[in-house]
Amino acid sequence: MKLNRRVFIGSGASAATALAAPIAFANGHGKPRVVVVGGGAGGATAARYIAKDSKGAVDVTLIEPSRMYYTCFFSNLYLGGIKTIDDLGHSYGTMAAGGVNVVHDWAVGVDRDAKTVTLAGGASVPYDKLILSPGIDFVEGAVSGWDLSSQNAMPHAYKGGSQTELLKAQIAAMPQGGTFAMVAPPNPYRCPPGPYERVSMVAHYLKANNPTAKIIVADPKPKFSKQGLFQEGWAKHYSGMIDWIGSDFGGGNVSVDPSAMTVTIDGEVTKVDVCNVIPAMKAGRIAELTGVTDGKFAPVNAIDMSTKADADVYVLGDASQQGDMPKSGFSANSQAKVCANAVRGALTGSRVFPAKFSNTCWSLINTNDGVKVGATYEATDEKIAKVDGFISATGETADVRKATYEESEGWYAGITADMFG
Amino acid sequence: MASLLTGNAWAEGVGDSVQGAAVFKKCQSCHQVGEDANNRVGPQLNDIFGRTAGGLAGAKYSKSMIGVGEDGLVWSAETLDTFLENPKSLVAKTRMSFRGLKEKEDRANLIAYLREFSDGAASLPSAQETGQGPEISLDPSVLSIVGDPEYGEYLSSECLTCHQSNGMNDGIPGITAWPPKEFVIAMHAYKQKLRPHPVMQMMAGRLSDEEIAALAAYFKDLK
Repeated sequence: MKLNRRVFIGSGASAATALAAPIAFANGHGKPRVVVVGGGAGGATAARYIAKDSKGAVDVTLIEPSRMYYTCFFSNLYLGGIKTIDDLGHSYGTMAAGGVNVVHDWAVGVDRDAKTVTLAGGASVPYDKLILSPGIDFVEGAVSGWDLSSQNAMPHAYKGGSQTELLKAQIAAMPQGGTFAMVAPPNPYRCPPGPYERVSMVAHYLKANNPTAKIIVADPKPKFSKQGLFQEGWAKHYSGMIDWIGSDFGGGNVSVDPSAMTVTIDGEVTKVDVCNVIPAMKAGRIAELTGVTDGKFAPVNAIDMSTKADADVYVLGDASQQGDMPKSGFSANSQAKVCANAVRGALTGSRVFPAKFSNTCWSLINTNDGVKVGATYEATDEKIAKVDGFISATGETADVRKATYEESEGWYAGITADMFG
Repeated sequence: MASLLTGNAWAEGVGDSVQGAAVFKKCQSCHQVGEDANNRVGPQLNDIFGRTAGGLAGAKYSKSMIGVGEDGLVWSAETLDTFLENPKSLVAKTRMSFRGLKEKEDRANLIAYLREFSDGAASLPSAQETGQGPEISLDPSVLSIVGDPEYGEYLSSECLTCHQSNGMNDGIPGITAWPPKEFVIAMHAYKQKLRPHPVMQMMAGRLSDEEIAALAAYFKDLK
């Protein structure tokens, strides 16, 4: 029998029983098996590249609960009214057609001795190599007064999809002259320019629809990514609208009350209309359950993204603790290719090439006002280490900024094609 | 062979503008220069020195030409020399269908001729420092490296985060099905920071000669 989606979706004992014993040989006729958990920029890329490059020699299963993937990158442009939610959605159908066995279920446990992944539906999926790319979860108690049960009153919108749509609806429903508050995250977190691009895009929307509205940002950090570029843009486009309160001014001393819709910053209570709470982050829970995390994230070897804890378990993207790369979709995609090359080599004897990594993060400040920061990286014994980098300059011409934005659109088309095929 | 690859006409002396006028006959079906020059198929070439690529109002340009101008390409003796040698190696999708002037003497003469129609210090050889670094000078052996397409396929995965494998040209140029020689020259021009673009200068900057050849070998067959 084939290990297919219907089997896994089928609930209860029958599916589990059917899968219990002979799956190791039934599916791949003894082919090596790679299981990938998480179908985002890291996992989808790794699954697709291993399937594509091994030309059927490796059996690749991707475990991802969502039927549609909504990118977190570019979701701020949806908040700003520049992209639609449909622009952000991608089906896994093309990956299945590309030879990846796509299973829509939650991975709820990993037995590293038996080398199996347990699914919420009850099935157990064997692997020779396991790649975890689960993204982020939030640290409990990170923001006083907030927990996951508050995420409807005070959305994080830091995982793509429904949370993004909820935040957008709340911004649209703000009364004239209302207040949008953001509780920004401490380092390290997904997409370093993300919260500040979000502030820009919310301001862009409000300037057009609610020009007397205010934005307050409580930040536990004294500085942030591309700060000079963002603050230049905020002064230019959204003068007087944005109040950024860094840790030097008490921005880290914050609590929220989701039922009263208040934010308390350094003792001062403010009633707000929308509150976007982005708590401290940790690796997606399955990495912790697998026992490959140390602290909040999973330490990995830079040469192939294998974990320090288990040579047959790899962790990609936001969940990994790898060194100098930011937690971004671009980074995860880059790491996935190094990992895919190494995993395929280990399983089939194909050539393994030196690890090379790169990242660029584009941010949009206003319509056609794009900026970017990027770097290249290499693997050292200790970590993924930065080699070279660049950042947009303040005071660039409108033409340069427009070209940068258009480049970011080209990148979005490129990376999503690269992830899903 | 080396003359195909070097953009150092100026380093070897200024050309002869009288002979350059004869070379310009190859250009004049599309370009005008001098009194009453107008934009035709291509832009008029008065004051070309110091002009931002793709930057003359009223002229028709490819997106590609406008893009390199936005990235900072300004016409100078050096950039003109590189462009005239092989237009598509500097500006991938230029509308200019001219194959290029392979003889460096022809280029030097043509540039000397065009310089007579540009005013100001920018037209002088000593003022050609545009901050774009040294002219591209490739050892001929670099072009003769046989690329390893399997290594190129692995390396290409880094390109494909932005450039699409189907060759789509939307905000970021397509790079598939390029003649390998042009690909190699273009990448070395980025590596030497002659072609302007911070991301590409960074990406090309750490590729070895063999890695550039490997990428060229892979991308030539990707359609």
